Amino acid sequence: MSFEPKILGIACNWCTYTGADLAGTTRLQYPQNLRVVRVMCSSRINPSFIFKAFQLGADGVLVGGCHPGDCHYNTGNLYARRRLAVTKKILEFSGMEPGRFRVEWISASEGNKFAEVVREFTEEIRNLGPQTKFKIS
Amino acid sequence: MSRIGVFVCHCGLNIAKTVRVSELAQFAATLPDVVVAKDYKFMCSTPGQEMIANDIKEHRLDRVIVTACSPLMHEQTFRKVLSASGLNQYLLTIVNIREQVSWVTHDIDEGTAKSKALLNGAVNRARLLAPLTSRVIDVNPDVMVVGGGIAGIQAALELANTGRKVYLVEKNSTIGGHMAQFDKTFPTLDCSACILTPKMDSVMQNKNITLMTSCEVSEVKGYVGNFDITVKQKARYVDHDKCNACLACTEKCPGKGVSEWDEGLVKRKAIYIPFPQAVPQKPIIDRDACTYFIKGKCRLCEKVCEQKAIDFEQQDTFSTMKVGAVIVATGYDLMDTKPLVQYGYGKYPGVYNALEVERLFNSAGPTGGKVTMRDGKEPQAIAILHCIGSRDKNNYEHCSRVCCMYSLKFAHLFKEKTSADVYQFYIDMRAAGKGYEEFYNRIIEEDVKFIRGKGARVAESADEPGRLIVEAEDTITGKFIKLPVDMVVLSPAMKPRADSKDLARLFNLSTDKYGFFMERHPKLAPLSTMSEGIFIAGVCQSPKDIPDTVAQANGAAAEALTIVVKDKMELEATTAMVNPASCCGCQNCVRVCPYGAPFFKEDKGVSEINEALCKGCGLCASVCPSSAIIARHFTNEQVLAEMEGLMEF
Repeated sequence: MSFEPKILGIACNWCTYTGADLAGTTRLQYPQNLRVVRVMCSSRINPSFIFKAFQLGADGVLVGGCHPGDCHYNTGNLYARRRLAVTKKILEFSGMEPGRFRVEWISASEGNKFAEVVREFTEEIRNLGPQTKFKIS
Repeated sequence: MSRIGVFVCHCGLNIAKTVRVSELAQFAATLPDVVVAKDYKFMCSTPGQEMIANDIKEHRLDRVIVTACSPLMHEQTFRKVLSASGLNQYLLTIVNIREQVSWVTHDIDEGTAKSKALLNGAVNRARLLAPLTSRVIDVNPDVMVVGGGIAGIQAALELANTGRKVYLVEKNSTIGGHMAQFDKTFPTLDCSACILTPKMDSVMQNKNITLMTSCEVSEVKGYVGNFDITVKQKARYVDHDKCNACLACTEKCPGKGVSEWDEGLVKRKAIYIPFPQAVPQKPIIDRDACTYFIKGKCRLCEKVCEQKAIDFEQQDTFSTMKVGAVIVATGYDLMDTKPLVQYGYGKYPGVYNALEVERLFNSAGPTGGKVTMRDGKEPQAIAILHCIGSRDKNNYEHCSRVCCMYSLKFAHLFKEKTSADVYQFYIDMRAAGKGYEEFYNRIIEEDVKFIRGKGARVAESADEPGRLIVEAEDTITGKFIKLPVDMVVLSPAMKPRADSKDLARLFNLSTDKYGFFMERHPKLAPLSTMSEGIFIAGVCQSPKDIPDTVAQANGAAAEALTIVVKDKMELEATTAMVNPASCCGCQNCVRVCPYGAPFFKEDKGVSEINEALCKGCGLCASVCPSSAIIARHFTNEQVLAEMEGLMEF
């Protein structure tokens, strides 16, 4: 049986989650490997969420927020951007393949972009194979 | 131990087609703490809601999970069911298996598997949910309308007539917007000024409306029911309280500025009112055109002003208004067609854009309503080119909706005012609207020539100097044509105002890829936005004609009224709180919060959160090094439990 990756998504309510809804409303098709957790703002994302996701067996983690400068909470995603950049470095330092963690800015009107990112990311994770570094077996 | 009820919606076939809903309900029943799991055709219908309400009572449920469409769609609907059944509304969880599952796959196995994972996560999270109490706040009864075009005017008048106080903010020195530039309106050929200026005057006369011209919003604070909006009053250099509108100053002024009102076709004075029916009827000084400001002497206006209203020292001032709701109605700009060099706008004097032509027809315009070109001659042949920059993948993909109709109106007015041959170059003729198709048929009868093909290029005639050649492919005959004309009218794309992005940031509005403001829902909430208490109307949302704009303005006024008509309203309870026992007093939260909600209690050495200011983003919770801040409804434990559930399947 071919490898079906499990991808955890964390999306902000106002932009990426709404963009994901728009992808649905316009019936864009994308792989079903992604499971999205909704938070109000990408700034809510504690780096521990990302590490925990990998520990729980996620093969990839995708974070989505409003475009920098367009945050529903003015500056929230600017903090998120910095914190997640550091998170990515720590992940790499810990030996995680860089491609397993991705941050994308997807607005409420970008249903197309959402679908496109999910397709692309799923394919990348599929090529990387199962994540074993952090996973508790 | 929780007692969880799971309710799986079929949404007709919307969900049931690609998710095995009964299997999902059976699966739910196997999960720990789930005491009842059902599926039903339409959970949001009255019988569906009653089923949930009955099960809450019968099974003594303390958590409800509705597995259906997006929470952005029906979370409020189902929260009401919980409240009415005596259960705290925050004990509801929505699992989105429509927008984010059934509509994005054709594979029922995949759809069912993903739905199970999402539901499993939701059950995990639901167990940890806590009842929350909504905050009740006072509501300010006043409303601000931003933009003084026909949309803003209409909304302001409607609200003022219900007795509400309205601040109407307009960045220009007069209200009226684009509609005041038009001569006639399609399809009835009503005189635009005759239907608009009485409304402008009503705004001026209405005691409930505070008209703020030459003003711009500079800061927005607060939240629905309690906005504090700072408005910049740009210096007019004329004290409007003293000015008696005699306009002697405008006669004496030697300065020359470009008339924005006449689309730059003529000059105006440096001290001016934009057009004779401007509201207010009081002049302002254009600093860039004023001889005194440029050269340091002149002040002729000051000498002739008996009221001593001229004030060269005037500065921009700022004032803050308190309102409960806001309507944004900032309209549009026409696309700049200069970069589309193939049409020669700005290069050939015979090429005009649509708004310039509106001014040529207007009796208060630069030619007194006569159709004469920049060289003073009357055109003998005129080509009107539709879809310039609209319906164009390289520029704006959208149809600007009104161009077909105003191009037909132009054709009629050209026929009325000149003896010219008039040609329409169109891709498709779009005449959807009351009386529009009839108007189109009428123009066909008026001997206007229709060429089905987009104008491809405008060039200078080699044989007849000064004349222009329009090149196009006639897609009906399949022939390439070159048509000599004297005048070319471009019907350009309508685009959002140049500063719409700034306004979007101020009011926290989402925009589409071109900068038009996004509505909360394209069908069911076309006037609401993602920012509660902020509404949109008119072309700032998308191109539309005057009837639709007016209808939206009335709708937005009604929506704003639903907020400000109440003395009090409930706010989301999903705020943050500090656990003082674990707070280390680092004040990270105080530094990062965009709303100033956390503050430091010096005496206790810990932070606290002012709930009235908290908007529940959760930023403070994730910067807190001692995990002392709890983001209610999105706690670490709740998020992690959901993740764990999602990853199990």
